[in-house]
Amino acid sequence: MLRFDQVMLQQGTHVLAADFAVDEPGITAVVGPSGAGKSTLLSAIAGFLTPAKGRVMWGDLDLNPLGPGERPVSVVFQDNNLFPHLDARRNVALGVAPNLRLSPEDMGRVDAVLDRVGLAGKEARKPAALSGGEQSRVALARVLVRDRPLVLLDEPFAALGPALKAEMLDLARETLAAEGKTVLLVTHDPDDARRVAERTILVAEGRAHPPVQTASLLDNPPPALAAYLT
Amino acid sequence: MTRALAGGGLAAAFVVALTLGPLVVVALWAEAGSGLGAGDWAAIRFTLWQALLSALFSVALAIPVARALARRTFPGRGLLVLLLGAPFIVPVIVAVLGLLAVFGRTGLVSQTLGALGMDPLSIYGLHGVVLAHVFFNLPLATRLILQGWLAIPSERFRLAATLGMGPVDVFRQLEWPMLRAVVPGVAMLIFLICTTSFAVALTLGGGPRATTIELAIYQAFLFEFDLGKAAVLATIQFAVTGAAAALAAWVAVPAVMGAGLDRPVQRWDAARGAARAIDAAWIGLAALFLLVPLSMIVLRGVPQLAGLPPQVFEAAGRSVVVAVLSACLVLVLALPLASAAQALRGARPMAATVVESVGYLSIAASPLVIGTGLFIVLFPIANPATLALPITIAVNAAMSLPFALRAILPELGAVEAQYGRTADALGMRGWARLRWLILPRLRRPLGFAAGLAAALSMGDLGVIALFANSENATLPLQLYQLMAAYRTNDAAGAALLLLGLSLVLFWAIDRGGRVNAAV
Repeated sequence: MLRFDQVMLQQGTHVLAADFAVDEPGITAVVGPSGAGKSTLLSAIAGFLTPAKGRVMWGDLDLNPLGPGERPVSVVFQDNNLFPHLDARRNVALGVAPNLRLSPEDMGRVDAVLDRVGLAGKEARKPAALSGGEQSRVALARVLVRDRPLVLLDEPFAALGPALKAEMLDLARETLAAEGKTVLLVTHDPDDARRVAERTILVAEGRAHPPVQTASLLDNPPPALAAYLT
Repeated sequence: MTRALAGGGLAAAFVVALTLGPLVVVALWAEAGSGLGAGDWAAIRFTLWQALLSALFSVALAIPVARALARRTFPGRGLLVLLLGAPFIVPVIVAVLGLLAVFGRTGLVSQTLGALGMDPLSIYGLHGVVLAHVFFNLPLATRLILQGWLAIPSERFRLAATLGMGPVDVFRQLEWPMLRAVVPGVAMLIFLICTTSFAVALTLGGGPRATTIELAIYQAFLFEFDLGKAAVLATIQFAVTGAAAALAAWVAVPAVMGAGLDRPVQRWDAARGAARAIDAAWIGLAALFLLVPLSMIVLRGVPQLAGLPPQVFEAAGRSVVVAVLSACLVLVLALPLASAAQALRGARPMAATVVESVGYLSIAASPLVIGTGLFIVLFPIANPATLALPITIAVNAAMSLPFALRAILPELGAVEAQYGRTADALGMRGWARLRWLILPRLRRPLGFAAGLAAALSMGDLGVIALFANSENATLPLQLYQLMAAYRTNDAAGAALLLLGLSLVLFWAIDRGGRVNAAV
């Protein structure tokens, strides 16, 4: 369970308050106007931003003192997820061991996951030789082998076309949600939230609101969200 | 982060010990040493005077050449701009030999004068020293000033054209403000370089009227073995270069940027025939001035290569080893320094600046000053000659460190900005981060820095002259000994060998960073 315990986040002059919990596994969307602080919220969970006040908790574990690599968290950013000098297999293998020293069994696991996201036969390609969708699949494969319980997706598929994006969202749901991960998906497209997220967190007007049912939020939007949706 | 800081701290300590340590020693010894004689004052005056003249001539000649390159397109322009970078990695003593072949007593110009019944030239003394310094620094000044010209937005020239401005107006409104901003820094940089140039003074200077402080240090060692006097002179030398470096930092010396010199600006005020002819003449003269001496090295050297005595090849072997090890040491120092500066930049910018500045320390400390200090320390405990090569490797590395940091730091910043968060999120730290992120992404700047360091070390004739004897001479020292013994043919062959090795080392190592470089 992810919990924001009276958290205040400050970045420059921007302040964001968060005091809520994400109780259930599965995908929770994070929506809101640009600049409202969606990515700031994720930065605090990933460990790139220390809260000015309050604690970010995973179960009984206080995340604040932990570095980004030590947290029970995997992140997929909008870009620069893959290292261009490493092939797909090694990019995924970094999720198992950051020094790339893998046992043969681990290597087998990497290949199995690459197969599962539909990249069989493309393991030895570098990112430049992969399409945008395939690059997203590599990033997803890394999250899968890394096997951390909390997954942050920071608009990871925003650069893809609509059909490809829908395909990737479905793949993320099938793989991540099926394994019982708690997933936070930042998106500025309400249709993404409707498609894969049962619940949605609204970030607006300096506040990250507790998650509510996606359908009810989008069908009866509060004023701050309504202004953004229309 | 902590490991990056520890590595950076170690590297910084080594650099400080190597550059500032000898200075302290020299200053302490200087107190015990004797006062300044008339000859020493003459050396100080000559050092400043020749550096001033070299800076003025280099800049004055570079302005018309840069202007011509800025506003003309012609076949071979790119090659010429590339050639302007070459003197940087041409060994000083090789260039001196090339200049002698053109301007010396038996050189091309003297032969022509002789055929016309006139006296031959002599380039020993002040004008020879200045000539050689202009040979090295005219290209540098041209590149820097050209950069300034090309930084003027092309819209301004278009605007000037629509307003009907003639050449004089364009100069006053557009070019003069740029020159006033750029030229003082360039002149200061060249002045600084020329105050510490030892090999030129060694070969073309000398005598009571043309001895620099560095040459006086060398002579105090070699002829008098007066370490106290050498220490006094070294302290003065450091004061002079330190003051020049501080002044250069204050007037903001422009940095050489490799990119962007390949697009001339279209000009409407300079389309007429006279301006074209003047530009062509400047470009032609500059190209001849650079190319003819280097061509003479090749022409005179080729027939002599086969007959070179074995000790030249032995010296060449030693030089290659020194150059390669020096290049490795530069990377071993530059990477931790750059990493530490990068790690500190966000949270403690002041500390980052301090770490970075350590890498630039050697700009103010000349090799001969460092050499004097090291000699004083080591002389009582070891035979300096046996330490000649390790010391040369270390000092050469320190001298190349500023260039290496300039190449690496911005790239490292870009890599961290782009991939740092992903690497953090994956827990890539320490060796894993270096091995799988930093080194692969930095191959190009690392290769360039190492290639430059190798070429500079290959051609260096500085600290080695204090320490080595004829048994462990490097190739530049061997070449100097051949020249001093008037073995002209062997010197010509050795010069070509040295030139070739310097260029090949730079080319091979720089290319090593590019071949199969990460996409």
